[in-house]
Amino acid sequence: MLDKIGIAKRIAQEVRDGMYINLGIGIPTLVANYIPKDIHVILQSENGLLGIGPFPTEDKVDPDLINAGKQTITMVPGSALFSSAESFGMIRSGKVDLTILGAMEVSEDGDIANWKVPGKMVKGMGGAMDLVASAKNIIVAMQHCSKDGASKLLKKCTLPITGLKCVKRIVTDMAVLEVLPGGGFRLLERAPGVTVDQVRKATAGRLEAHDDVPEMRLQ
Amino acid sequence: MIHKVVKNADDAIRDIPDNATLMVGGFGLSGIPENCLAALLRKGTKGLTCISNNAGVDDFGIGLLLKTHQVRKMISSYVGENEEFERQLLSGELEVELIPQGTLAERIRAGGAGIPAFFTPAGVGTEVAEGKETRTFEGKVYLMERWLRADYSLVKAWKGDTLGNLIYRGTARNFNPMMAAAGTITIAEVEELVQPGELDPNTIHTPGIYVHRIFKGSNYEKRIEQRTVRSIR
Repeated sequence: MLDKIGIAKRIAQEVRDGMYINLGIGIPTLVANYIPKDIHVILQSENGLLGIGPFPTEDKVDPDLINAGKQTITMVPGSALFSSAESFGMIRSGKVDLTILGAMEVSEDGDIANWKVPGKMVKGMGGAMDLVASAKNIIVAMQHCSKDGASKLLKKCTLPITGLKCVKRIVTDMAVLEVLPGGGFRLLERAPGVTVDQVRKATAGRLEAHDDVPEMRLQ
Repeated sequence: MIHKVVKNADDAIRDIPDNATLMVGGFGLSGIPENCLAALLRKGTKGLTCISNNAGVDDFGIGLLLKTHQVRKMISSYVGENEEFERQLLSGELEVELIPQGTLAERIRAGGAGIPAFFTPAGVGTEVAEGKETRTFEGKVYLMERWLRADYSLVKAWKGDTLGNLIYRGTARNFNPMMAAAGTITIAEVEELVQPGELDPNTIHTPGIYVHRIFKGSNYEKRIEQRTVRSIR
């Protein structure tokens, strides 16, 4: 089983040179730390920045420079700043190559639920609905099962939907899976020490899984 | 004679009545009109509808007006990090309309651009789509969303001139430019207020035509929500 950093490291392997990428809050933000040095990507922040740099040193903290998680950040050389309307314009028009975000549930049709749990405090969807409605390529970072062992990879989402038929690939603590164009999950890789059977048991939605599915390779 | 400069925040917000609809700039606590919010707190204006991406934190930003029950309704995309907000929402004292962030930004932009409605894919198939018209364009389903406008827009810029031309700094720009254009009365507070000609026209983000009142703000706290740093290696 992978920890959060393991999930982030595995997702970093999906990143290709030249991509413009939007990283969600949580595990997706960690992905930036594990992108190989020889790959040049530009990170988009929904609050109006292309070219997110590392966290600042204490003397460079600037309240006018934050990311979508409200964390203080820096800009890389060649950054560009813009308004929230322009930011979502480039998201909506499909200019962002890859979106990585967290989820509470994903269905075998690629539906995602990640913004609301009825009966609990509703904090809002932020930019998630805009991102999933328009992104060309969405990778979801999530735990395969909830704390009580219930699968989060379902036939149909039980929580309020964020977007329909949008998830392409999922990296969990147990596996890498893709959502098939006609519906259903396909197991691509197992996490170290996890068996195909364990993935089958932990996946409530339809799963296509060969017995010889390889174990993922992490550095 | 164009006269937009006002003395201070109290002067700027003097005529905002109870039950007004306000747009309030900022993302998190970055780029919020600190001085105008403090003045509204002092004046005690009640029944406000606030269109703002976030609702501040418990003791800063719009959070200050929530504590004193001056806000009746919030129109936002994300309202976490605020316990008093949560309490008032669950008790029914506060009304909240949650909107996808890109839709919120575009509805405000549309308001300032004279476009009453537009179509977006965000929210199709979700509860956001309930009761809204949908249309299919080139095989994809879109939702119709309407413009948002406000009685008053409160924006914060880095620099401004006495004609109301504004320049923002860093990611403190966020919702401010669209809100500046969508207010019936737009009030801008700036860190530096200069004379016409001192700002390079090539670098103006918000042309002065949108701004009705402007003043130099004071004592900016610019509070940071998530102070994240790395150590020097």
